Amino acid sequence: MTLWLAVLAACALAFLTKLAGHYVPSSRLEGRRMRRVTALLPVALLTSLVVVQTFGASGGGLTVDARLVGLGAAVLALLARAPFIVVVIIGAAVAAGLRALGWN
Amino acid sequence: MQHEEDESRRGELDAATRTSVLRQAWSVGIATGAYGISFGALGVASGLSVWQSCALSLLMFTGGSQFAFVGVIGAGGTGVAAIATATLLGIRNGLYGLQVSEFLHDRGWQRAMAAHLTIDESTAVGIAQPSVRASQVGFWQTGIAVFLFWNLFTLVGAFLGNALGDPRRWGLDAAAAAAFVALLWPRLHSRDAAATAAAAVVLTVVVAPWAPAGIPVLVAALAAVAVGLWPRPKDAAPGRPADDRGAP
Repeated sequence: MTLWLAVLAACALAFLTKLAGHYVPSSRLEGRRMRRVTALLPVALLTSLVVVQTFGASGGGLTVDARLVGLGAAVLALLARAPFIVVVIIGAAVAAGLRALGWN
Repeated sequence: MQHEEDESRRGELDAATRTSVLRQAWSVGIATGAYGISFGALGVASGLSVWQSCALSLLMFTGGSQFAFVGVIGAGGTGVAAIATATLLGIRNGLYGLQVSEFLHDRGWQRAMAAHLTIDESTAVGIAQPSVRASQVGFWQTGIAVFLFWNLFTLVGAFLGNALGDPRRWGLDAAAAAAFVALLWPRLHSRDAAATAAAAVVLTVVVAPWAPAGIPVLVAALAAVAVGLWPRPKDAAPGRPADDRGAP
């Protein structure tokens, strides 16, 4: 599958999901347990993405490098209630700084 | 009720309310749009072209899913895994659609436009307003403001990322981890959420060493299913989609 095709298919599915919410009668999703699952879905996916993005090795598997320290700095920034863009910049800057000093 | 809503839709807001709604909408729009820079830069760092990154912001237009899509591609995952992850993350927008369609009464192409603009921020500002008319203005103005700035800054970020060269040297891989943890942070408020996150970490760490890139994230989705379906004595716990808002 070419990358363009994947991009466009994902965009189409994102739009159809949004559109469905505007057309589907809300009773369809009334079940408490279903609601709980859908509310928790972003938590599970984002947590997993944090792990993969922090520890993922280029050849597959997991590894520890400067990204972990960058992530730690980002969490400290979140604890200090920094806005999103500041958190991202701090994470990048700390990892880039460590690499400039020679620590992978 | 329906009649009342139609009345309030025609009626204009008083100047003070209107100013307050517009101020909220556009400050959220600028603040959220600004991190389109990080998305654009990460997009090209993950191997997408400038125009593919911009197409995601224009057509997918939901930050979490966009970051997830380029994250999976950047990690070497397949297109199918990227599509699946982005779509699962976008399910909450469908729930927002259920909520906002209670105060939006658009038809035809306007309804399709409203659907496209249905994201965390427009929903949050919309449902926070005191009247139906204020909710409509809040939703539309926030959606339009985020859309404009998000796309503008994605373009800037994509060109910037292209000019930077090796993404690791600038810590762009760590920036992606920071972006995901910042998206996750405001959602970790309940015991259910903490349990889900813990289970997701375990699943990812167990699956990642042997599964192809992109698959661990999909397996981790089972954490939400397990915690969400877990039987509990008094099944009146929250879990409304409204609890889920407030994050970019």
